[in-house]
Amino acid sequence: MPTAIFGSIEAGAIYALMALGVYLSFRILDFPDLTVDGSFVTGASVAAVMIVGGYNPFFATIAAMLAGFAAGCLTGLLHTKGKINALLSGILMMIALYSINLRIMGKSNVPLLSEETAMTKLTEFWQGLGIDHAIQSLTAALGMSFVPKTWGILILMLILALAVKVLIDLFLKTDVGLAIRATGDNETMIRSFSADTDILKIFGLGISNALVAFSGALVAQYNGFSDVGMGIGMIIIGLASVIIGEAIFGAKTIVRATLAVIGGAILYRIIVTLALRVEFLETGDMKLITAVIVISALILPKLIQQQKEKQRKRRRLLEAKKNQASNAYGKSGEQLAAIKSDS
Amino acid sequence: MLTGKVVNSLLQLNQIHKVFNEGTPDEKIALHRIHLQLKPGDFMTVIGSNGAGKSTLMNMISGKLIPDMGDVLIDGSDVTLVKEHKRSKLIGRVFQDPMAGTAPSMTIEENLAIAYSRTMTRGLRKGVSKKRRDFFREKLEMLHLGLENRLSAKVGLLSGGERQALSLLMATFTEPKILLLDEHTAALDPARAELITNLTKEIVETYKLTTLMVTHNMQQALDLGNRLIMMDKGQIIFETNEQQKQNLTVEKLLEEFQKIRGEKMSSDKAVLI
Repeated sequence: MPTAIFGSIEAGAIYALMALGVYLSFRILDFPDLTVDGSFVTGASVAAVMIVGGYNPFFATIAAMLAGFAAGCLTGLLHTKGKINALLSGILMMIALYSINLRIMGKSNVPLLSEETAMTKLTEFWQGLGIDHAIQSLTAALGMSFVPKTWGILILMLILALAVKVLIDLFLKTDVGLAIRATGDNETMIRSFSADTDILKIFGLGISNALVAFSGALVAQYNGFSDVGMGIGMIIIGLASVIIGEAIFGAKTIVRATLAVIGGAILYRIIVTLALRVEFLETGDMKLITAVIVISALILPKLIQQQKEKQRKRRRLLEAKKNQASNAYGKSGEQLAAIKSDS
Repeated sequence: MLTGKVVNSLLQLNQIHKVFNEGTPDEKIALHRIHLQLKPGDFMTVIGSNGAGKSTLMNMISGKLIPDMGDVLIDGSDVTLVKEHKRSKLIGRVFQDPMAGTAPSMTIEENLAIAYSRTMTRGLRKGVSKKRRDFFREKLEMLHLGLENRLSAKVGLLSGGERQALSLLMATFTEPKILLLDEHTAALDPARAELITNLTKEIVETYKLTTLMVTHNMQQALDLGNRLIMMDKGQIIFETNEQQKQNLTVEKLLEEFQKIRGEKMSSDKAVLI
């Protein structure tokens, strides 16, 4: 059990980068970008093919990001210059990328198990630091029997996700960042303040998909393969992370919202892991579980809010009635008591 | 006199013509060979009934629409084909809808930062620096609404009047060449409308802005500005200079309209006043 949870936090931190990308398009630009399903795999395949081809895995990961950036820009171009509906331009890119990803890999699956990847390099680096040993003696002293292979990936990926989060926070506070936010918020307004909303959308979608491809490249190296089908439903996972995160951790400010997205991504992985442990659920039910999670994250907060509102109103009504009653009957005890017991 | 005119005009519209739905049964001449000149510091109010072409005229100047014929010149340079967002480096705009001029999910200072960078190329500079914040606070004090103490409040939380006052400030504090006000008090209650009208007067005088204001309110059109035009069916049917405008009343304007058009305007009267 702890091993499974540990693994889901590790994976969650890597998927958090993708979720941050989805946050940029979905929340900041107000653009439901389905390119994600394709660009995630584009990132994975570019990185995988380059690593197999002998390139430095870090360099391969950066190249994957650039490929994702290009894919996002193309979606933006379809939408702004081609005047194609937002959803449709994303779907078109997603479909087109499926074939492109197959072309990049040359086959439907590229294994990386025997290759030197960013993950193996980072693990090596981490083990050289000797921190694992310290943590393990600490957990042993606390009486925990659980010993993972290394803490390195978990900690380094969390640091990476937080670093990207901070960069996004800072970027969204620059002049360009403010203009991108305003583009998603009020296009008429930002155009009257001399911003080219087309360029901002294209650029914003580029950045968003660069993050998604970054995440895809790391997931491929983490899992040890790149597969043409690994992106199916990725946008929903991204949305789930954003929505769960915002519902639980709040989204009052950008700084808080981006942190919530990372939390949401990790939480999503944990929920899925726990759900799969339920007897009658199978691995194939994953997508259904995801859909159920997103639906509940969308509906539950509203229901809770409504319930609270109802109760508040009822209490107010009850109090008003009580006051009325005591005014009408003065303090003559029996009648008041009778009314009280009625309500 | 003639040569002086050309050099001195900050905004010049030459023979602007625009037809909507050309070649269909719905064909409509929105603007009919409009000629208009604003000298630096001119404040012109534009009145006219619905469909007179006031908004189309505004959209021609802002670049949202491109004329079928004619040129738009701002400060002597031809901007007829310059795109809306590029042209807005020169133009400040306030819309009728108080929600249209600000970004609701962003804070007051962030909105002001967006307005502040209107005249420059946006880069990776910090949007709200300490220096800018002080500057914003100082400008917000002009509004007398206490917004200077709520810099980090989200604009969506402000009332319609406050949002419109903020829009007005955002459109003007970078001193645009031209200020376009499109019925910017029409969606407010009378008290708020008066507040915005007074602010408009104050701000335009402070920055000596060359302004074009569309309004449905005749009294407002007479109270504000030094020039007035009346539009109908895509044409300017009545124009006053500074001295004439001072002696005008709402009744005289209505009389003028009847005389020119020769038709009863009882239906329009309700719209205009």
